[in-house]
Amino acid sequence: MKDQPYVETSPHVSDEIRKTTCYMCACRCGINVHMKDGQVAYIEGNRDHPVNQGVLCAKGSAGIMQVNAPSRLRAPLKRVGPRGSGEFEEITWDEALDIAVGWLKPVREENPEKLAFFTGRDQSQSFTSFWAQNYGTPNYAAHGGFCSVNMAAAGIYTMGGAFWEFGQPDWDHTKLFMLFGVAEDHDSNPIKMGIGKIKARGAKVIGVNPIRTGYNAVADEWVGITPGTDGLFILALVHELLRAGKIDLTYLAQFTNGPVLIDADTGLLKRDEAGKALVVDRATGKLSAFDTTGVKPNLNGELRENGKTHRTVFHAMIERYLSDTYAPETVAKQVGISAGRIRAIAAELARVAFDEAFELDQAWTDFRGERHSKMRGRPVSFHAMRGISAHSNGFQTCRALHILQLLLGTVEVPGGFRFKPPYPKPSDIHPKPHCKVTPGAPLDGPHLGFVHGPEDLALKGDGTPARIDKAFTWENPMSAHGLMHMVISNAYAGDPYKIDTLFMYMANMSWNSSMNTKGVIEMLTDTDETGDYVIPRIIYSDAYSSEMVAYADLILPDTTYLERHDCISLLDRPICEADAAADAIRWPVIEPDRDVRGFQSVLCDLGARLGLPGFVNEDGSQKYADYADYIVNHVRKPGIGPLAGFRGNGSDAGRGEVNPEQLDRYIENGGFFVEHVPQEALYYKPWNSAYQDWAVAMGLYDSPQPYLFQLYVEPMRKFQRAAEGFGERQPPDHLRARIKETLDPLPIWYPPFEEGAVDTKQFPLHALTQRPMAMYHSWGTQNAWLRQIHGLNPLYLPTKRMQEHGFEDGDWAKVTSAHGEIIVPVAEMAALNENTVWTWNAIGKRKGAWALDKDAPEATKGFLLNHLIHELQPPKGDGLRWANSDPVTGQAAWFDLRVRIEKAPPPKESEPNFAPLTSPVGQGPKDLRWKVGS
Amino acid sequence: MTELPTKTDRKLGLLIDLDTCVGCHACVISCKGWNTENYGAPLSDQSAYGANPSGTFLNRVHSYEITPDVGAAQLIHFPKSCLHCEDAPCVTVCPTGASYKRVEDGIVLVNESDCIGCGLCAWACPYGARELDAAEGVMKKCTLCVDRIYNENLPEEDRVPACVRTCPAGARHFGDFADPDSAVSKLSAERGGMDLMPEQGTKPVNKYLPPRPKDTMEEIDVLAPLLAPVAEEPKGFMAWLDKTLEKI
Amino acid sequence: MHPAPSVIIFTTLSGLGFGLLFFLGFGMPAPKGLVAFIFFAIAYVLAVGGLLSSTFHLGHPERAIKAFSQWKTSWLSREAWLAVAALITMAIYGAGLVFYGVAVAPIGWIGGLLSLATVYATSMIYRQLKTVPRWNTPMTPLLFLLFSLAGGALLSGQVQIALLLLVSVGIAQIAYWIGGDQALEKSGTNLSTATGLGRNGAVRAFEPPHTGTNYLLREFVYVVGRKHAAKLRIISLILTIGTPVLILSLTVTHVTALIAVLSHIAGVFVSRWLFFAQAEHIVGLYYGKR
Repeated sequence: MKDQPYVETSPHVSDEIRKTTCYMCACRCGINVHMKDGQVAYIEGNRDHPVNQGVLCAKGSAGIMQVNAPSRLRAPLKRVGPRGSGEFEEITWDEALDIAVGWLKPVREENPEKLAFFTGRDQSQSFTSFWAQNYGTPNYAAHGGFCSVNMAAAGIYTMGGAFWEFGQPDWDHTKLFMLFGVAEDHDSNPIKMGIGKIKARGAKVIGVNPIRTGYNAVADEWVGITPGTDGLFILALVHELLRAGKIDLTYLAQFTNGPVLIDADTGLLKRDEAGKALVVDRATGKLSAFDTTGVKPNLNGELRENGKTHRTVFHAMIERYLSDTYAPETVAKQVGISAGRIRAIAAELARVAFDEAFELDQAWTDFRGERHSKMRGRPVSFHAMRGISAHSNGFQTCRALHILQLLLGTVEVPGGFRFKPPYPKPSDIHPKPHCKVTPGAPLDGPHLGFVHGPEDLALKGDGTPARIDKAFTWENPMSAHGLMHMVISNAYAGDPYKIDTLFMYMANMSWNSSMNTKGVIEMLTDTDETGDYVIPRIIYSDAYSSEMVAYADLILPDTTYLERHDCISLLDRPICEADAAADAIRWPVIEPDRDVRGFQSVLCDLGARLGLPGFVNEDGSQKYADYADYIVNHVRKPGIGPLAGFRGNGSDAGRGEVNPEQLDRYIENGGFFVEHVPQEALYYKPWNSAYQDWAVAMGLYDSPQPYLFQLYVEPMRKFQRAAEGFGERQPPDHLRARIKETLDPLPIWYPPFEEGAVDTKQFPLHALTQRPMAMYHSWGTQNAWLRQIHGLNPLYLPTKRMQEHGFEDGDWAKVTSAHGEIIVPVAEMAALNENTVWTWNAIGKRKGAWALDKDAPEATKGFLLNHLIHELQPPKGDGLRWANSDPVTGQAAWFDLRVRIEKAPPPKESEPNFAPLTSPVGQGPKDLRWKVGS
Repeated sequence: MTELPTKTDRKLGLLIDLDTCVGCHACVISCKGWNTENYGAPLSDQSAYGANPSGTFLNRVHSYEITPDVGAAQLIHFPKSCLHCEDAPCVTVCPTGASYKRVEDGIVLVNESDCIGCGLCAWACPYGARELDAAEGVMKKCTLCVDRIYNENLPEEDRVPACVRTCPAGARHFGDFADPDSAVSKLSAERGGMDLMPEQGTKPVNKYLPPRPKDTMEEIDVLAPLLAPVAEEPKGFMAWLDKTLEKI
Repeated sequence: MHPAPSVIIFTTLSGLGFGLLFFLGFGMPAPKGLVAFIFFAIAYVLAVGGLLSSTFHLGHPERAIKAFSQWKTSWLSREAWLAVAALITMAIYGAGLVFYGVAVAPIGWIGGLLSLATVYATSMIYRQLKTVPRWNTPMTPLLFLLFSLAGGALLSGQVQIALLLLVSVGIAQIAYWIGGDQALEKSGTNLSTATGLGRNGAVRAFEPPHTGTNYLLREFVYVVGRKHAAKLRIISLILTIGTPVLILSLTVTHVTALIAVLSHIAGVFVSRWLFFAQAEHIVGLYYGKR
């Protein structure tokens, strides 16, 4: 058309692109930060980055609203009003650090255990744990205990690697993907990309989740399971597959401890003098170590000895899982899935795994020296996240799922589930927990790790817990991530002991990160008979004006993610892909406009002021000027530091000398480093010599570490043995029965504890939370763009319950649990398990927090389910405190919650509501009209 | 100007896959970010930290529940932005000529300096694709990132709309629907790409791929009989095992 | 649709003003001098005041002049041209009456017809919108024209014509409401066609795209309670038609005539409010609302 207006189709995009790593959730994608006039103009995904390959989620794209959020803390703060008031005065960094040193130095000299240092959603755990270790306190962990330790521990004890972000389906080859539960904030873009690939090929997705949203909404088959029964459902699938002989016998014999003999007397595995597990060789009938060259382990091996017959792990599994206990008909009602559907799913799994098996034309050599000309693939893959993990039966359920995939032979094979470096890594080469406290000196080793028997528990000489959170005790022996959710409650109760200073980072414990929020607020503010706070001192570091800020005595304001150095390290929770080892950095693409400092840099400073050995030079001077200095110059083991890339002269990968230019090389490379796994090493990694050699060269292992997948987890049997009365270290009597029952070395299912503790007729419904894809815990609310998407959260009720109670959308319900009640708005959802209600997690906010108006919908209509959940189970009348946690790992059992609902007259605001906090940062501006370029 | 071109050289548009969209809102925010900083006035937000936050967005993701006669209810995530209609009613109603459909590629744009903010184009649009910016007082709409798709300052692979570039699940495709051999035309033909509100006669260029049939795994499927047992109890199973192991 | 006061005032007042101009143009009445001035002043205050009011809902009223450019396609643009043409023509005609006591009848006829055409153009802005099924009917222009003429007749003191037109307005108005209440359903547009998802089962809107409100919801989704609407319809009929008809059927004095006119205007306001407030834009379907 002649007079069409002129449009500039090639406008200037940006002056410069700075490539760093996202921190809008735990996914850690690569981002291109477009700069105009020195300001952030636009954020998009980095196409070269291994995690997101250019895509970016809503959170990531909204980063510009996060780094400019009015909720950002501006300077160190000293509390001047009572705790919880939010009244602070701004102080200088020198004052702040002096106060911190004044508190922490005497504690370290007298009894370092009186410092509890817990770091929430920390992405620098290898650094913060190093600091805590040097300080000497045993009381360190991040938030894994209330997040998903069941998933991590069950995976590592079983397979030397876990779901979550530590592995991924072979998206390019899988034909059937079965997903249990969801956690939107971990590996979220990779899972979306993977599902996209599957969908583009027309392959199938089965979603197992009481709620059909997100990934489950696009699932071709939705299994709307009853919460907490996933383990039973999985074992019914196991039952069906075994019954039909639809299992990968070759895989089980070669790569699992299925053929290993169990001592008929002790239940421990038969081992040779070198400690190697023993199998019967099918060719010779002889007893052999599992890794003997040329051995053909017999799944049905037997050893007769002194009138006893020792049989295989596999034999024990057959005896257990062929039982009618796990027949589809038996479990159907409980899991809420018909027996016919369970059978159909089992048949489909078998069909795809065996009838659609394929081979990749890639030869490889296994650890027994056998050369295979092809890589056989089984295109069924599984993935699972918080949904199955956050139950008191979560560890065993996660284990059951691993058993299922091992029976199908789909782990570390083409088309199946694959590990990302540094996994696979067997549980026995991980550190063990350390807890030996010496005043004025570092701890005797890393805090967290994997126990292999009662001897590894973190107990004091008198048998009492060494750690404030009671991790690695008889209550939860295999608590690999600690129990952050128990810290405040235990410190308040002085059980196992009192502490002096609680030091926390990025953990909103007085709000959405605690069970029993109101109780925690009271514990944080309660005083003893002398008028002192029961928890005497609280130091907190956060970048934003979260609800927790008000409950600290000293605030160390952190930077936003675009203003800081960070390393996404192979020593920590790396960003690898199954095909490649990778790590990454953050670097200050903008400078803070406030008096704030990166928390890790503050720890470098504080560590030096406290004279911590890892943080001072021999002359006592500060060793690391800041975190960037640490990232480059810290040496964990000879040749190995926080970053694996560009070591030595810049060309060494994995191992190499310190390279002072390392960060510059990372920045030039787009903020990350990738080293691809060689072709021959891409699959069968735990047994593949080519992978083992590569992993050693990369510094992932010190020496090749081939191992068997543990269908039978022997350390669990050791705890059972102790409970049966064997051994030196003995559990307290009240825990014996529970340990015997729940630490079964072969997966079992038992009902979630809350079902036993409450009258399920009184509380007939399950109540769950989910994280929306566009929000990361409480952070999204301060983001002007994201909060428009999720500014309030109704409680979703299944259609049947809406009708039963005569509800309409927008009505209000009183929701009651054994612990408390809330009054909240409801909305209908048809695609929902009919005995389940749910809401979005962490949308509800406290008035005065996050620089929001007091009438913000997050505070007036939004709500937390946390008020209904307690960190302890309801009292059983035995006078004991029973944690609302998994008995194996201590994982917080958020999803065990049972409730009832009834119609309530509309209140003015959702209840409970709390007095407004005084905002230390004021309130955000009314309107936004954001544009940095002219 | 508000006369529609009788024919456009190309028909650029989006193909949105409702079988794949997981409802993550990535496209919503990426669009907000790009279009706040680029084409025309920024997309403003009112009560940004207040009691009633409300801003201008050019792309929003709805969700719908489908309850079939038999079987479980389904949830479909449904992104919606301007469909760049061939018979765009929003264009012809515009009194000033600010709204127009480009003859070279069919993109419907608002020339903001001509817009009087009367809102009539938004009234005429059946899809809710136009939003009047409360701060600027002009009509905002999807530009199909006209300032990206031809932008020589961007690498060639990035010359797609921001929503397409960012979509993690790959549920959004961009291309020329006038070319029957384009990827979007082919995919649309293969998977039954559909129009929204065809009865409105707007002839939208954007197409939607319908969700594939769900929950079809029959409890008893004659083609794939359920698994046949090899044994019902452990002893029989171990006998089967020995026999089978012999053969391996 | 959001019943924006500026638009209700505009359509009501300008409708009356142009209605009056129509009758003046056709010499009903054909006053001269001061009386003519008063008649024309009333007509211009209503018509121009209405037009000015309409600019209040614009984001950029200072660019309003651009609205004249698209007369080929845009009813709003045509309305602008017609309004200006009508006002200028009638100004010439009126000047003749006021200053020279001369009625140049052809100019009056042209001006009168242009005035009516302006009202028609206004109504076509609404009638053309397929997106608002309640408006998308020939009844919309008919109703606007009848309202304008009835009001014009009333203002110009054409008692018999006014009675006839008022009754017609009443009939048209009731027919419009009855038809309008079924319009959305009959339009064939529903959530199923809006989403294309109907083939798989019953479709229901679940989570909206944003938990807060937005321009679309503010502008297009306005829910009037059914009981409320029925009451307002009766009130509107009484005010628009009942009172004036009653008064006109009895004795007409300046006072009663004023009451009749004011009642009518109030009634038209109510009717116009309902015209907007009850109109369902199909975009509401996407939000599970109507």
